[in-house]
Amino acid sequence: MTTMHSNQPRLDRRAAIRVLLAERGELLVVTGLGSTTYDAASVADDERNFYLWGAMGGAVMVGLGLAIARPGRPVLVVTGDGDTLMGLSALATVGVQSPPNLAIAVFDNGRYAETGMQPSHTDSAVDLVGVARSCGIEIAIDITDKAALAEFARRVQRKERTLFARVAIHADEPPRVLPPRDGVLLKNRFRQATGVES
Amino acid sequence: MPNPEPSSDWRDRIFGALKSAEIRQVGYVPDAGHSRLIELCQGDPDIRAVSLTTEEEGIALAAGAWLGGQRCALLMQSSGVGNCINMLSLAKSCRFPLTMLVTMRGEWAEFNPWQVAMGSKTQAALELMDVLVYRVEQEADAAETVAAALDIAFNGGLATAVLLSQRLIGAKRWVK
Repeated sequence: MTTMHSNQPRLDRRAAIRVLLAERGELLVVTGLGSTTYDAASVADDERNFYLWGAMGGAVMVGLGLAIARPGRPVLVVTGDGDTLMGLSALATVGVQSPPNLAIAVFDNGRYAETGMQPSHTDSAVDLVGVARSCGIEIAIDITDKAALAEFARRVQRKERTLFARVAIHADEPPRVLPPRDGVLLKNRFRQATGVES
Repeated sequence: MPNPEPSSDWRDRIFGALKSAEIRQVGYVPDAGHSRLIELCQGDPDIRAVSLTTEEEGIALAAGAWLGGQRCALLMQSSGVGNCINMLSLAKSCRFPLTMLVTMRGEWAEFNPWQVAMGSKTQAALELMDVLVYRVEQEADAAETVAAALDIAFNGGLATAVLLSQRLIGAKRWVK
């Protein structure tokens, strides 16, 4: 089988997350199991990040519940292709709900980095941007350079439409940056830092 | 908005329990036994009714809602509980409050034997994942059992489920 994106330019994942979180303002962040959690923590272990350390396939739906609950704040889900594929149906549910303050950025290296770089379905057959569009997420874009990523980050802040971006990243493993793993701590500090629990 | 007046229909009274507990999001997979409750949720301007493609989406939706300061309840059929198992680790690991209202299949006057496999293991599966399970057999107990489950979930940070027995809901008519 041919490789779909083999000649495409790709971003460094740590550079990409810095672009997304550089001027985060009121942004609330949910990250998926594995590398995107380390990526977010590499910028800063911010209390307004909710990291999933398990529940693979759940990141997009956590973002949806959060976005519905907090319509005044931009919500960004940053997750990988593996997590997105496991919860692919969540894109259909997001398409139906379409909260204007929800954005999803999938860091796609076509690999399961956490388990030994085995190819994922996006390496050969599956086009996540096409999937997102078919699910009714009209603004779904393929990002391969920093300028487009910076424009996406600005658009997230505007909270005008549900956004989906596939961000092409290199299949490498930068040094892991591990945020806290205590789920109760992560939950409580997120609620306190974002003003829903005193 | 004032809470609905007590109704003679037990499904309406369950809805009253959801309103009293200030539920603002309801995730559901369409289900005949829950159809009245789903309609009531869809018709309430203070509730966001979120149709799911599969039940585990709801566990994550409820977690996100709580992170954002809203309470979410889930409606599903017993077969859907099986779809939730790994995602329930999210509720357990973070002690997210959770209430699942589960209509039972495969236990009484069941036409379809394929429903028995999951229906007969629904309670055990939930309890394996440390979900607190209540069971309702009588109409008169339905609303107050749901209210109790919501109370311990949201005030105690626990995952709970209320199983609404098939005898309570009534057998599905297969030949129309």
